[in-house]
Amino acid sequence: MRPPGRGRPGDPGPPRRPVRLLLTILIPAAALLGLAAPALAGAVVPAVTQETIPVDGTLRNADGTFLSGVTVEALDSGGRQVDQTRTDAQGRWELAVPAAGTYTFRIDPESLPPGTELLQGEVTRDIAEDRLSVVIFRFGEEGEGLDTSTASQVLRLLVDGIRFGLVIAITAVGLSLIFGTTGLTNFSHGEIVTIGAVLAWTVNVTLGVQLIWATLIAIVLGAGFGALNELGLWRPLRRRRVGLIAQLVVSIGLGIALRYAVLIFFGGRSEPFVDYTSQIARSYGPIALTDKDLTTIIVSIAVMIGIALLLQRTRIGKAMRAVADNRDLAASSGIDVDRVVLFVWMLGGGLATLGGVLFALSELSSTVYWEMGFRLLLLMFAGVILGGLGTAYGALLGCLIVGVVVQLSTLVLPVDLKYMGGLAVLIVILVFRPQGLLGSRARIG
Amino acid sequence: MPADEAVRAALAGVAPEPGAAKPDPILVVDDVTRAFGGLKAVDVAHLEIQRGAITGLIGPNGAGKTTLFNLLTGFDRPGSGRWRFDGRPLHGLAPHRVARRGVVRTFQLTKALAKLSVLDNMRLGAPKQTGESFFGALLTPWGRQEKANTEKAHELLVRFQLDAKADDLAGSLSGGQRKLLEMARALMMDPTVIMLDEPMAGVNPALTESLLRHVKSLRDDGMTVVFVEHDMDVIRDISDWVVVMAQGTVIAEGPPEALSSNKDVVDAYLGAHHDRALEFDAEGNPIGETAELVTEMESVELGVDPSQTPTAQSVGLDRPDRGERT
Amino acid sequence: MIDFSVLLTNSLAQLVGTSAVFYALLALGLNVHFGYTGLLNFGQIGFALVGGYGMGIAVTRFGFPLWGGVLFGMACGAALGVLLGIPTLRLRADYLAIVTIAAAEILRLVTRSTSQTDLTGGTQGLTGYADAFTAANPFDRPEYSYLGVGFVRTELWAICAGWTAVALCVLLLWLIVRSPWGRVLKAIREDEDAARALGKNVFAYKIQSLVLGGVMGALGGIFYALSVQSLTPDFWSPPQTFFAYCALILGGAGRVLGPVIGAMLFWAFLSFADGLLRQATGGTDPLIGFIDTQDVGAIRFVLVGIFLVLLMVYRPQGIFGNRREMTLDAR
Ligand SMILES: Nc1ncnc2c1ncn2[C@@H]1O[C@H](COP(=O)(O)OP(=O)(O)OP(=O)(O)O)[C@@H](O)[C@H]1O
Ligand SMILES: [Mg+2]
Repeated sequence: MRPPGRGRPGDPGPPRRPVRLLLTILIPAAALLGLAAPALAGAVVPAVTQETIPVDGTLRNADGTFLSGVTVEALDSGGRQVDQTRTDAQGRWELAVPAAGTYTFRIDPESLPPGTELLQGEVTRDIAEDRLSVVIFRFGEEGEGLDTSTASQVLRLLVDGIRFGLVIAITAVGLSLIFGTTGLTNFSHGEIVTIGAVLAWTVNVTLGVQLIWATLIAIVLGAGFGALNELGLWRPLRRRRVGLIAQLVVSIGLGIALRYAVLIFFGGRSEPFVDYTSQIARSYGPIALTDKDLTTIIVSIAVMIGIALLLQRTRIGKAMRAVADNRDLAASSGIDVDRVVLFVWMLGGGLATLGGVLFALSELSSTVYWEMGFRLLLLMFAGVILGGLGTAYGALLGCLIVGVVVQLSTLVLPVDLKYMGGLAVLIVILVFRPQGLLGSRARIG
Repeated sequence: MPADEAVRAALAGVAPEPGAAKPDPILVVDDVTRAFGGLKAVDVAHLEIQRGAITGLIGPNGAGKTTLFNLLTGFDRPGSGRWRFDGRPLHGLAPHRVARRGVVRTFQLTKALAKLSVLDNMRLGAPKQTGESFFGALLTPWGRQEKANTEKAHELLVRFQLDAKADDLAGSLSGGQRKLLEMARALMMDPTVIMLDEPMAGVNPALTESLLRHVKSLRDDGMTVVFVEHDMDVIRDISDWVVVMAQGTVIAEGPPEALSSNKDVVDAYLGAHHDRALEFDAEGNPIGETAELVTEMESVELGVDPSQTPTAQSVGLDRPDRGERT
Repeated sequence: MIDFSVLLTNSLAQLVGTSAVFYALLALGLNVHFGYTGLLNFGQIGFALVGGYGMGIAVTRFGFPLWGGVLFGMACGAALGVLLGIPTLRLRADYLAIVTIAAAEILRLVTRSTSQTDLTGGTQGLTGYADAFTAANPFDRPEYSYLGVGFVRTELWAICAGWTAVALCVLLLWLIVRSPWGRVLKAIREDEDAARALGKNVFAYKIQSLVLGGVMGALGGIFYALSVQSLTPDFWSPPQTFFAYCALILGGAGRVLGPVIGAMLFWAFLSFADGLLRQATGGTDPLIGFIDTQDVGAIRFVLVGIFLVLLMVYRPQGIFGNRREMTLDAR
């Protein structure tokens, strides 16, 4: 998801497609921690002076298993060893370098379990003081047996894009429905996704429940969290007749508070689930998919169909559409608007949780991190707006387009710019259709 | 000869039929259509507005009056159509250009600029202010112009009985006062044609009287007035010519007295029952008093000139959702 | 135990510190956009980014003198205003908010992309453009102390330059918002269709507003770049815009001095909270044991978030504002 750290000069750079060629898990959190917090702190309060600078990473083999007991060492620019350590049971290692500068990090090949193939065992990095640094080593067989013709590459990216688009759609349904029924542009929706995924992770890792069950439990909790949002904040605000723009700003504040609360309690690292960490792909005709990718796609489609049926067939679904269509009319025709909105929040919370877990599984190498939802938020908005805010089917279509564009853009853009494609599409489409793809224009006069 | 008599005289020879040619038209509208989804909100084949006259535009709710205003003033884009103002094409122009040409409109739902003072609302209307360009504001002495505009604004406010409110925020005005402010603000622009969308709605009767006098005085100043109004008494009182719209098209035109004397059926509805809300059930069939009205009118219909019935039905009795009753 | 005198002097320093200047400039620009014109620009940090990087790149890569770099950075802010405005100014307020965030994020992603290393320095960032600024420092003692608050000479120089920029912006705004031009902006904020009906070219005014506020944001970026002497892409992330909004709303949107006072108080408050937390959680015998000192940074952000929520709900008009004149529609 995030761009890998810079390799040494001459290194071909980050691999374009991480389907088979396996790398250690990126720990984006480090880079992220390096973002706002300390950079800002630098402007406000002098950074706490540290004796040493931590550098860390996680070693993971091609099949997704953690490599424990492997020796990792840091050498300064003169080739002297400054620190050395062994990875723990989770494949994790952490080294400390004495000061900012250029260091080489090396894996001792001798200490690797037999049969492990090391693709890149030595990385040279500039280590700066004000940020945590992550170093990635790569294992496994690079590009073995992969058909690399353009056509099949496009096809693969297309499938990836649809998968990603479906995941965005699942998370964004709530965003769109909440907007439709209450008019709230909810900038804290990304945090519902993160918190949902973190809940699933907690149940899965801390309580040791298998991930499927953990996800189901988390969905219930996520729905509860959605209800809490509505009952604890948004309903009272609507009662106070707080304007929509003001509500938008409130949601931004809520988003910041929740995001950093997650950082405090969950930490700044990417934490893997216990299950489904393997990344072995199977071939289905011209495309290769890992089991979890396939599951992600199937589950997403099934859920989307379920939502469509819910909206079309059930009483509550029809009530939701009625409220979205005209709130006052719905209220005067005897629909309990507050109840419908509460239901929408619970549905949105549950779906955001499911989406968060699927997002973690399919896009983040089965890890969860504190800013994952916020990273997804703009893409959700892009998808939802493309489809016209407040229209459920438009949202699905828009999200699929965004997902596909994001993945296909890697054909022409550097990988670290792939999110840019989705955002650019948003701007371009809005230029031509300010009301979104399926939305309608408001009246004047 | 006073302005009103001159206008009446000029319009005397015009045939009271939709699309009639006027002796001195200032606005000429051709083949204007606007559809929302499947609904044809406006479909006007030909319409001319007489220069210097007060033209009343009437029609049931949803007839397309506001939409026609939006189109003519550039606030909405038509599906098709052309219109000329003083011989020059006006279609395709952005709203602010239309306004600068001299065709100024007000809105049915008032747009008082709530957090500006009443006086600032007025001054905003003044055209060609040098202080309104960025560098003009910084580098030119715009104080004199501002003073002149302020004086003009005060005069207008006095005429509209808003002078006591000049320094209050416009947001503190009552609904009727906002209507007045909106009209006064439009007049700050010295328009050639002023298009008023229901200017009297919500204004108290005493003030309506003076407003009417004011509108008439606009005509005396040579201004052309087009206004939408549901109150037939008002229409009869001040308009020189009346255009009737229904379902997006112009279904009748004529001097106001022709509407009431010649078309008894229209008057029976518009004159006597215009203040009564029409009621329909879910299928669009009239219920309650509306149903009685329908029966009443149907019985009248049998005895009247068949050429007048479409007008009657369109104006008074069509279902709001445009069913197939003809 | 907690040393309040240190806390207070630190907070006092923040009242006029570099952060206050940075966010004051950002918020001054936002005030033009949002407070006066009603444009919900959530990408203000993007303007600061092009300002800072524009200057840095012009000086280090194109060999501009520093003043040329500063002008170039401001021009970049203006250009971004035009480029961003043309496609987006017809959008609804909430769409505009999202599109502007997206634009700022695109800028950050491009800046940090390894493919742009030659221009922007990629993730490593950019340094070495501020030498002329350092050399021009008129303060020659290593440290100065006013009212018990000490300033290092480099910081003092940056602060002086920064507040001069703020003062110039405030003066310009003070002149312009009470002119007929400013009146049109306010009219657009209230109801742009009404402004159109009165013959105002709303689009042109919005572009001008975006450019004016954008140049102020760019100045903020330039100031930041000069005061920290190095540019790293990940500093320019969306939360910065949100903080500028906090400052703006705190001081009162739609008043000339609102954003400046807001930025000062906001950072004084934050620094106070930060110092308090650090003292309470640090040391050998922490007052609050269960919170790690390392989490203080994060806790501060949580506080900012909650603060923004409370501010919006209870005092959307800002601390000095009058609810009736409040520009934010919180009814
Ligand atoms: N933006 C829009 N989208 C969809 N339908 C619209 C829109 N604007 C107007 N309409 C429809 O077009 C028709 C004409 O509306 P319009 O506002 O012009 O009526 P009107 O004659 O002004 O009515 P009233 O006397 O009630 O003001 C109505 O059926 C209305 O619902
Ligand atoms: Mg109307």
